[in-house]
Order: sequence, then C-alpha cells, then structure tokens
Amino acid sequence: MTPIRKLGGLALSLALLSTSALAGEIVLNSDQSDPAPKKAMEELIADFQEAHPDITVKWNNFDHEGYKSAIRNFLTANPPDVAAWYAGNRMKPFVDAGLFEDVSDVWEENGLNEELKSAAASMTIDGKKWGVPYTYYQWGIYYRKDIFEEQGIEPPKTWDELLAASAKLKEAGITPFTIGTKALWPTGGWFDYLNLRVNGYEFHMDLTSGEVPYTDPRVKAVFEKWAELIEPGYFVENHAAIDWQDAIPHLVQGEAAMYLMGNFAVATMKDGGLKEEQIGFLQFPQINPDIPMSEEAPTDTFHIPSGAKNKEDAKKFLAYLASPEAQTKMNETLGQLPVNNKAEKPADPFLEAGFEMLSEAHALAQFYDRDAAAEMAKAGMEGFQEFMVKPDKVDDILERLEKIRARVYK
Amino acid sequence: MTEAVAHKRVSRRPNRLKLAPWLFLAPGLLMFLIYVLVPIVESFWISFHDWDGLGAMSWIGMGNYVELLDDDTFYVSLWNNLLWLVLYLLSIPAGLAVALFLNQNVAGIRIYKSMFFFPFVISQVVVGLIFTWFYAPGFGPLSVFLEWLTGDEIAILADERYVTYGIILAGLWPQTAYCMILYLAGLNNINSEQVEAARMDGAKGFSMLWHVILPQLRPATFIALVVTVIGSLRSFDLVSIMTAGGPYGSSQVLSYFMYEQALSEYGYRMGYGASIAVVLFLIMMVFITFFITRMLNQERNI
Repeated sequence: MTPIRKLGGLALSLALLSTSALAGEIVLNSDQSDPAPKKAMEELIADFQEAHPDITVKWNNFDHEGYKSAIRNFLTANPPDVAAWYAGNRMKPFVDAGLFEDVSDVWEENGLNEELKSAAASMTIDGKKWGVPYTYYQWGIYYRKDIFEEQGIEPPKTWDELLAASAKLKEAGITPFTIGTKALWPTGGWFDYLNLRVNGYEFHMDLTSGEVPYTDPRVKAVFEKWAELIEPGYFVENHAAIDWQDAIPHLVQGEAAMYLMGNFAVATMKDGGLKEEQIGFLQFPQINPDIPMSEEAPTDTFHIPSGAKNKEDAKKFLAYLASPEAQTKMNETLGQLPVNNKAEKPADPFLEAGFEMLSEAHALAQFYDRDAAAEMAKAGMEGFQEFMVKPDKVDDILERLEKIRARVYK
Repeated sequence: MTEAVAHKRVSRRPNRLKLAPWLFLAPGLLMFLIYVLVPIVESFWISFHDWDGLGAMSWIGMGNYVELLDDDTFYVSLWNNLLWLVLYLLSIPAGLAVALFLNQNVAGIRIYKSMFFFPFVISQVVVGLIFTWFYAPGFGPLSVFLEWLTGDEIAILADERYVTYGIILAGLWPQTAYCMILYLAGLNNINSEQVEAARMDGAKGFSMLWHVILPQLRPATFIALVVTVIGSLRSFDLVSIMTAGGPYGSSQVLSYFMYEQALSEYGYRMGYGASIAVVLFLIMMVFITFFITRMLNQERNI
C-alpha cells in the first residue's frame, strides 16, 4: 500500500471509528439503490433487529454502480462487518486477496449445505464457503404471446423450431429478437445460453476458468449456431447503439417478438405498456439433446470482510439472512426467487415458471461476466458484440480472445 | 546595544526579501507537489508493476509497456486521439467565425451571445446525452433525417466507421463556444485606431481580417490553441457517456482506455493503466513543453 492510500485509509477509519467500535452493532455496506431492493433491505434489517434486540445494524446504502469501485476501497481501508457482493468468480479476487472471511461454519451450523444447495457450488472456492446467497432470478426468452398467436407460432422447444419460428416472424415483417448491446453484457447471455446448449455446463465452467482455448472447435461451434440467427437478420439492427432498456420499445411496439433477458426485464416491459397476458416466458430451446439443460441464474450474496470488527454478530446476520422466513419475505418484495429451498416463492407467473425451470436444471451458471475473470469477460463480450455485427470475422475475434486468455490465466 | 539591533535588522532584510515570495508560493507549491508531482512519480512507479489494487505489487519491469505495444486497442486509441487532436482544432476557426458574427452592435445581440455561450455552460455529460439522443437510431432527429435522405438508417454511434467523428462533433459544440468567448474578449481589445487607419488605406473584408485583426488576436489564438490541444488529448467524458469506447472498442481514446484498464468494473489492472497514463503524459509533455517555450520566448521579446 502506498503512503497516500494509507493516509486516506487512516483518515477514513478515524472518521468512522466511533461508530464501528461499538459492541452489539454491525456495519452493513450494500448497493440496494433501486426502490424494491431498498425496501426489502429495510424490512430485513428491521426484522433482524427484532429477532436480535441486542444487535443494531448500521446500514450504509451505496449507489449501484458506484458500489463496485467503493467496495475495493472500503474492504482495505475500513471494512464493514457485512458487505453485499456477487457469487462466482466475481468474489474470487477478494477471496484471493484475503479480504473475505471463510463462513463455512455458518453453513455447517445452520444446515445451509442442504437448504442452499443449488447455490453451494458458486459460493465455494478452495472447498470453503465465502458468503451467503439470498436471491436469484431466472434468464430465458420473453416473447409476445399475442404476436405468436397471430402468426400461428407455437413456443419453440428445439433449435429447429426456433429457426422456423424466426423465419416466419421475419417473413411477416417482425424482427424475431430485440437486444441492446451498448453495455455489452446482454451479449454474454446469448453466448452463455448457446454454449450451455451446445457444449454444456461443465464446458462453460472450463471455458470461463480459462482451461479451454477460445480457438477450440467447440467454441467455434457455438458461434456457428449464433450465426444462424445473425446472418438472416434475426436481431434488430443497430443494437450496439442502445442499452437493454432501449431494446424493450421494439418489443412493446411489436417490431420485435422475443427478448433473451433476466426476469428483471418484466417490470420494464410492463412499465412500457405491455399487459401481463401479452408476455410469455420460454426456456431457451434445446440444441443438442445429449446435453442436459443448464440455466443462467445470477446470485446476489452477502459476505463478511476479513477485517470486520464484529464478526460474531455478523455471522448471526448471515444466518438470519439464509433462513427460509427471511428469504421468503425479502424475495416477495424483490420480485425474485429465494435461494433457500424451504422458502416460499412469490406468487407471480414468471417467477413460478422460472422456479420450475431452475429446480429442474442440471446446473446453474452465474453469467459470463461473473464466471469469467473480469478482464477476460470484458474482452469476450466486446468480441461477442463485434461478432453480432460482423459474423464473418469470427476467426479474427477468436484469435484475439485466445491471445487475451493466454495472458489473463497465466 | 541599539547599534547592534539596528545592524541586525539591516542584515535581515535581504533575507526576508528572498523568503517572502517563497512563503507566498508555499501553499500552492505544496498542493502542486502533493496532487501533481507525487502522483506523476507514483504512476511511473506503478507502471513497472503488476498490481490489482488490492494485493501486493509485483515488479515486472517493462512488461506493461511490452504488452501495450502488442495491444490492438492501444493503436486504435492512439489513432483516435490523433483524429481528436486534428479535428478538434476546427473549433478555433469556428469559434473565430462565431465571435466575428456576434461582435456587432445589433439589438438583442446579448441573447444570441448567451445562446452561443450555452453549450459551454452545460456539463459535458449533458452534451453527450443530447448528442446520443440526436444520433439515436429510430427516433433521433439526425438518424430520421439521414433515413429520409438516403433510405438507409445510419446509427452513428453503432458504426465503427462514423462513431469517433460523431463523438468529436459533439465535443466541437462546447469547444467552439469556448474559443468564441476567448475571441470575443480579444475583439474587445482591438485597437480601433489601427482599424480606422487600415480602413483609410483601403483595407476591407478578408484583407482587413488577415492583416489587421488576426495579428491583434494572436494572444487569444494562442490560448485557444493550448486549451483545444490539451482538451482533445484528455477527451474522456464524451466517450464514456456516448459509447463507453464501443462498438467493440472502436471509439477508444487513451484516457478512457486508461480508466477502463485501471478502474472500471472489468479492469483493476493498476500497472497496465498506469503505463497508459505514462504514455499519455509523455504525449502531453511534448505539447506542453512546446507551448511553454513559446510563451517564454514571447514574454522575453516584449
């Protein structure tokens, strides 16, 4: 650490010393800046304090984007007792730097290995658990039910059916898929799903942890499937200029019929003027029948920083957060799915469909940019974006990605 | 006794004369040292390391620079920076033209002046957003116009061929206003007697501008050149707001590339970011040295 950073850290910890040194108080840093998550957090904290009257929670709520850089500073300079973050390789840098506390004992003592089973793999590094998940949501294809009915299209279950449906829509002057790739990550969803269907979950994990070269023919096979949608013009044009929200008007106005997205998009679609009965949800179709179906379900988590001052009470908080009651209530407010398999899922047709799909899934992927190392994720998604505009440059793109993989995973 | 005191006082005075300016400079120098010089030295130091901002730094010597030379994005950024540098200079003649146009005594000219001044007042982020909407495919006025004209929809910010020009155009808007202000101030100080004399000698229109007005505006031109060149090299906010360097990195510039590698969500390669910072710093140094030597020469001649 450089002297200046040390100074800054010292000043920060001096300023916050009076609050964080109190016994029976835990400091919680998180990023629930949107209305629903904020309300869910407020309720959670109030309920926790009721259950543990001797502990008070001091909550510092950060802006969603700013949190990503703030966490690096406060984990080293002035760690809180509990911090929000994400599962998968996203937490790996902090685990490797020794900034997160091993919480395997919380899992052990509260029977979480059983109750949070579906997320256990993504919370484990080096055989230890590094945090507690509390919510996730499904990804899949949201489509305009009414348009499908008008065109006489059945929701596709296989790749060939999807291609046939797309051809039919295109003929009717409707672009099959909308997408906005300005913020890169929506391309990751497409790549992941095609990869999960063509090569399977195990290959996804091998690729994102850097064990398979991008020049491998199996990676190329993914892009070949993708090109079958890109070359006939099944995606909206100029997607590189718009964000994921800007892609929704295409769907609302009926210019496009399908959208591969996370469940959070439903709220925006409804805000845009779609009625619930107009929106349908379907699982990403099967490509290779020999590959078991895996799904994307990014998981949000809480962790204890290794520099926390009140680890004992922080562990009580994590245990409470993992309980079926807390997760039921929280996810009802969030409109997402609880991770605890004893919790009740919210009554919502999309979440019910998602819950059913996820509970039958072979495995759950976290999403390309959470499973792959950050630098690789950025380069990869930039490559996907370029591929979606210029599919014939696939070999150049894959060679470039391989060059970066060789460097990132030394 | 009294003599000794008097003697002491006399001998102290020259010292005080030497000390006083430094005392006055001290706060500024201290700030300069802490916030400018030390970070520059630190950047050089960090650029020789592999560091994620969290763990220990590991020395890799010139490794970051070797990697930079092999990085396609680096060359894209360099080329775009050059485009920015050259095209941004257009704001100087544009600013001059607007200033000449506004330098009239017509009723209501103040309103026009403030309208031209407006883009400089609003934040670059807002400028970026306005132009993003302006270019937006589907409903942006420009793309609607282009579609009507050519029959094809052109999404400026999604097309690697046009994207950098689109962003530079957005940048020219406030920068032209800035140059205009500098020239308007300069025009206030024009020697009216010289203009009268030239007019009697038959100078008019362009020859008046070229031989009489422009030479008197030289200080304004110089400042406009300095701020425009530096401004073009540190172009960051517009790139960040309008495209985030995309599509697929084709609108990258060095300053945004540096931010992305060092501080963005997918970055945290402090060493690599620092090496880009060093390169940008060296490029800037070329211009800054040139400007400062010119300024010193001019001051000496006066």
